[in-house]
Amino acid sequence: MGSVFDIIGPVMIGPSSSHTAGAVNLGRIARQAFGRVPEKIRIVLYGSFGATYKGHGTDRAIVAGVLGYYPHSPEVKQALEIARELGIVVTIAVEKDNLYHPNTARIELSSGGMSTEIVGVSLGGGAVSIKEVFGFSIDISGKYNTILCSYPEQVGMVARVTQILAAEGINIAFMEVSRSGRKSNALMVVEVDDEIPEDVLNKVSEVSGMLGVRYIRKLS
Amino acid sequence: MALDAIQNFQQLVETALENHCTISEVVLEYEMESTEKSRVELLEQMLGNWRVMKNSVLEGMAKQEATMGGLVKGSASIVEAAIAAKRISEDRLSKTVLRALAVAELNASMGLIVAAPTAGSCGILPAVLVTAQEEKNYPDDKIVMSLFTAAGIGLVLAKNASIAGAEGGCQAECGSAASMAAGALTELAGGTVNQVAEAVALSLKNVLGLTCDPVGGLVEVPCIKRNSFLAVNAIVASDLALAGIRSVIPVDEVIGAMKETGELMPLALKETAQGGLAATPTGKVIGKKLQEETFEK
Ligand code: SF4
Repeated sequence: MGSVFDIIGPVMIGPSSSHTAGAVNLGRIARQAFGRVPEKIRIVLYGSFGATYKGHGTDRAIVAGVLGYYPHSPEVKQALEIARELGIVVTIAVEKDNLYHPNTARIELSSGGMSTEIVGVSLGGGAVSIKEVFGFSIDISGKYNTILCSYPEQVGMVARVTQILAAEGINIAFMEVSRSGRKSNALMVVEVDDEIPEDVLNKVSEVSGMLGVRYIRKLS
Repeated sequence: MALDAIQNFQQLVETALENHCTISEVVLEYEMESTEKSRVELLEQMLGNWRVMKNSVLEGMAKQEATMGGLVKGSASIVEAAIAAKRISEDRLSKTVLRALAVAELNASMGLIVAAPTAGSCGILPAVLVTAQEEKNYPDDKIVMSLFTAAGIGLVLAKNASIAGAEGGCQAECGSAASMAAGALTELAGGTVNQVAEAVALSLKNVLGLTCDPVGGLVEVPCIKRNSFLAVNAIVASDLALAGIRSVIPVDEVIGAMKETGELMPLALKETAQGGLAATPTGKVIGKKLQEETFEK
């Protein structure tokens, strides 16, 4: 059963909780999966997202999220202009067909030689689900603090990461390892209730064999 | 007395009667129990939302530019001017209408609103409550409590019917908002717990079958003006309940009928922009134009 603030709320920039507020959340997750402000943002909008994005400000909303704004930030409306002032190149493409869901976006962030791509859907009421990160198929809700660990496939990684978290008394809510990505890499997704301190994340990054660790804070 | 789940409206009513308290008190206790947050914390959070609501009325009134899809512009100022020129009377009705238009238009222009229960129906509660506060000088903390009543009604509807246009048509969005506002208003005016239930039932009976048929798929036509009509529904329902009129069909049965009606409604009338107003000759021309602007850029 929900909270009263699911009914009287969220406080958000309109016009649509799925096409605007949820889109900001997708942008926020993409930014955290990339780890910094990108130089380029490429967005592909599918299905209903594509058909109605101008009137719903979906493009603005995603860019606002990538810039670190929230669904209630007044800047959402001006996000395209703010990105331009910051010298960030934004491109939008539209696909008529649905992918996963009627409200789906592919968000590609790049800077220098680095790039990250996520595919996420907006479920309504601002809730989202991330379906792909770095080409791995996964499922992240953003309701938990989430650690993404990528590494060349090898035994023992899960144990090493869970040991570090256990030693810090951090309780794991969900965990998933995806191997369907390119090359023979794996992506471990760990969702936890608590906030993870920086030094613990550093310990996880220092695990031998680890390629990259990203931390995605739960959506408020 | 705290409930660990809200099952239906009757349960809210009985719990309030047993404890000699208001429905808002029962809902607040439920929220404290389920979130483990303190009363003060929850009241403050709701006060924050109420402040955003009040501000959305002011901002919506001041707004000049057209909505994102460009379909609606300045409807609140048009009504305001008509009131100033005494072409329509300045009363509770016209002020409520004006405010609902202002907030719903602000939403469609990417302004800051409180979804209540959804963004598309965000104008109804603020319009009704701001007007009530102006008329009766209710202090903010009383209004904040009435928002817990509104939320309780919304929780029952979300559980036993729907609050999503894509699932239940607009009866689920603007209809739910109207019944939430009707209940809140009735409690504010000092109505009994049973009168709150009657207000919800009376309000909902007059939204059953309301379709969701937004032109071009945008939250503009008919959504913005619909907010003003359904804000008035809330006032009528509350007045009738306070006067002592009772709904022949009890509130939980009306909610059951709302669920069934939503299920019977064809998909074309549930937010897909394939039927109703969206599929009229004019609706289609507008929809096509919006599509072209989107795809050729
Ligand atoms: S018509 Fe549909 S989109 Fe518009 S307010 Fe009603 S439910 Fe929401």
